[in-house]
Amino acid sequence: MMDELRELYQEVILDHGKNPRNFRHPDDANREAKGENPMCGDRFMVYLKLKDGVVEDVAFQGRGCAISTASASMMTEVVKGKTEAEAKALFETFHDLCTKDDHEHGDHGPVDEDAMERLMVLSGVRQFPVRVKCATLAWHAMNAAIEGEDKASSE
Amino acid sequence: MDTQISDTRITDTLAGFDVERVRADFPILSRTVHDRKGRPGKPLVYLDSAASAQKPRQVIDAMTRFLEEDYSNIHRGVHFLSQTATDQFEEARRKVARFLNAPSERNIVFTRSATEAVNLVAHSYGRTFLSEGDEIIVSVMEHHANIVPWQLLQMEKGIRIRVVPVDEHGVLDLDAYEDLLSDRTKLVAMTHCSNVLGTVTPAKIIARMAHERGVPVLFDGSQAAVHGVVDVQDIDADFYIMTGHKLYGPTGTGVLYGKYDLLKRMPPYQGGGDMIESVSFEGTTFKAPPARFEAGTPAITEVVGLGVALDYMERLGREAIAAHEHDLLQYATQQLSQIDGLRIYGTAPGKGPIISFTLEGVHPHDLGTIVDQYGVAVRVGRHCAEPLMDRFGVGATARASFALYNTRAEADALVDSVIAVKEFFGA
Ligand SMILES: Cc1ncc(COP(=O)(O)O)c(C=O)c1O
Repeated sequence: MMDELRELYQEVILDHGKNPRNFRHPDDANREAKGENPMCGDRFMVYLKLKDGVVEDVAFQGRGCAISTASASMMTEVVKGKTEAEAKALFETFHDLCTKDDHEHGDHGPVDEDAMERLMVLSGVRQFPVRVKCATLAWHAMNAAIEGEDKASSE
Repeated sequence: MDTQISDTRITDTLAGFDVERVRADFPILSRTVHDRKGRPGKPLVYLDSAASAQKPRQVIDAMTRFLEEDYSNIHRGVHFLSQTATDQFEEARRKVARFLNAPSERNIVFTRSATEAVNLVAHSYGRTFLSEGDEIIVSVMEHHANIVPWQLLQMEKGIRIRVVPVDEHGVLDLDAYEDLLSDRTKLVAMTHCSNVLGTVTPAKIIARMAHERGVPVLFDGSQAAVHGVVDVQDIDADFYIMTGHKLYGPTGTGVLYGKYDLLKRMPPYQGGGDMIESVSFEGTTFKAPPARFEAGTPAITEVVGLGVALDYMERLGREAIAAHEHDLLQYATQQLSQIDGLRIYGTAPGKGPIISFTLEGVHPHDLGTIVDQYGVAVRVGRHCAEPLMDRFGVGATARASFALYNTRAEADALVDSVIAVKEFFGA
C-alpha cells in the first residue's frame, strides 16, 4: 500500500543507511567541509583528498537519517576518481534529480551516466519535499569542500 | 513480530469527558491526509499540538463573525464599530486575566507570540535593570525562545547566563538552582513545562527561592498553560508568558502577564501608535501599561479569537482537560514502552502530555516520514531545544504530544505506526 515509501526507502538506500561506505576520516585529506541541517540536527563532515584537480579520495563522518546517510555514502562512491569539474557536474545533476521534474533538468556539462543511473534510487525524495535536504546534505558539503569552503551554505 | 500490545488495550474514555463530542468541534480532525487519485487517504491522527493546536469551530466562527460584523481598528476613533471592536478586544484581555487569575486586566500585555513576550522583557526589563556581571538563571530545558533573547542581552550588556541542569528523568535540579542563586542573580527565566520532556517545574518553589533573594521570576508557560490550571498569584510569578496558538487560539497572539509595579517601571519595548500619551519633537510621553507595550495595531481579530478559545477551555473545564490528557499520556507511555528499542526521554512525575522518544536503529526523521504515511503527525528534530538534546546526547527525537481532542485510539494508531517503522527497518 505504501508505494511512495517503498520508492523512497529502496533496499539500496536501507543498506547504505545501515552500512555506509567510506565512513572514515582519511589522514591525508586536504579539504573538509561541514554540512548541517538545522531542522533535524543532521551533521556530516565530508573529507576530500584533492590532487591535481582530481578527487583521489572522499569520505565522510557524522550522523543523519537513512536518506542523508545513504546519499552521503553513495556520493563518496561515485565522486571518487572524478575531476573537480566532473564532481561538480554530478552535484548539479543530482540536485536536479532530487528537486525537479525530468523535463526541467538543466545541462551541467558531461556527467557520468552510470553514476546517475545508480543515484536514481534517491529520486524518490521528490515526493517528499521536506526530505530533499536530507538527500542533498553531503553533496552540498562535498561541493563546498571542492570550492575551498569549510561549510555548506545552508540554502 | 513479538511486541504484544493489543491485549492490554482499553478503549474506555474517562467518565465525564466526552472526547467524541469535543472532536466534533474541531473541523480539521475529520479530514484525511495523503489522499491520492482513486485511493482514500488516512484519517488524520494529530499528535503535534505542542507545536500548535488545532482550532475549534467556536474560535473559527467567532473570528469570522467578528470580521463580518464588528471589525475595525481599536482604541482610536469615535465611531460605532471602533467602540464595538475595542470592547471585544478589551473583553479578551479580561478573559486572559481570569484564565491566569491575574489581579487585573492591567497586568495583561498582548504580544504577537511567546517569543515576542520574552524579547519584550529582555529588551525592556533586561536592558534597564541588568548590567555587566549580573546573572540570569535559566534551565537546560528551555525552548530557544527563552534562551536566545537573553543571549542577545548578554552580547549587549555582558551579563552571564547560568543554567540549572536536570537529572536523567528530566527533573529540575533544585539543589543546583539553590547554588546558582546569588547576589549577582537579577532574573530567573524558567520554563513551567518543557516542550520536549513534558517536565512541569515546581513554579511556586522556584519563585519563592528567588524571592528570598529579591530576584524576580519569569515563567515560560507556553506549554504549561495548555495542560493545567495556572494561578499567577498563587505561584507569585513576576512575569508569566503564554502563546495563543497552542491554547486552541489563532497565531499572532501572545500574552505577557506582569506584576504591575514591575510593568510600571519598565520603558517601552517598541515605539509607535497606541502606546503614547502625547508626541512632540520636544519629547514624547508614554501611556501606562499595558498600552505602553502595545505599539501599533495589534492582531485584533486574533485576540478576540483567543478570548473565545480560553472560554472554550474553561467550558470543558481545565481540570477535566488535564485529567483526560493525563490518561492519554499514561496510556500511550505504557503502550509505547512495550516496543523493543524504544526509549522515552522525560519521565518526571506529574509531567505534561508530551512524549519524546527514539527508536533504536531508526533516525527520528525517517520515523516521522513513515508514521506520517499512516496519517500520524508527530514532530521530529531538535524541538528548538538544542542544549537539552545535547544534555541527553541525542541529535534528535520524535515527539508525540496530546491535546484535549486526542483519543486512546489515536495513541494506538501511533503505536501501530511505530511498530510498522520497526518492521520496515528490521530494527
Ligand atoms: C516552551 C515553549 N516556549 C516558547 C515557545 C515559542 O512559542 P511561539 O513560537 O509561539 O513564540 C514554544 C513553542 O514553540 C514553546 O514550546
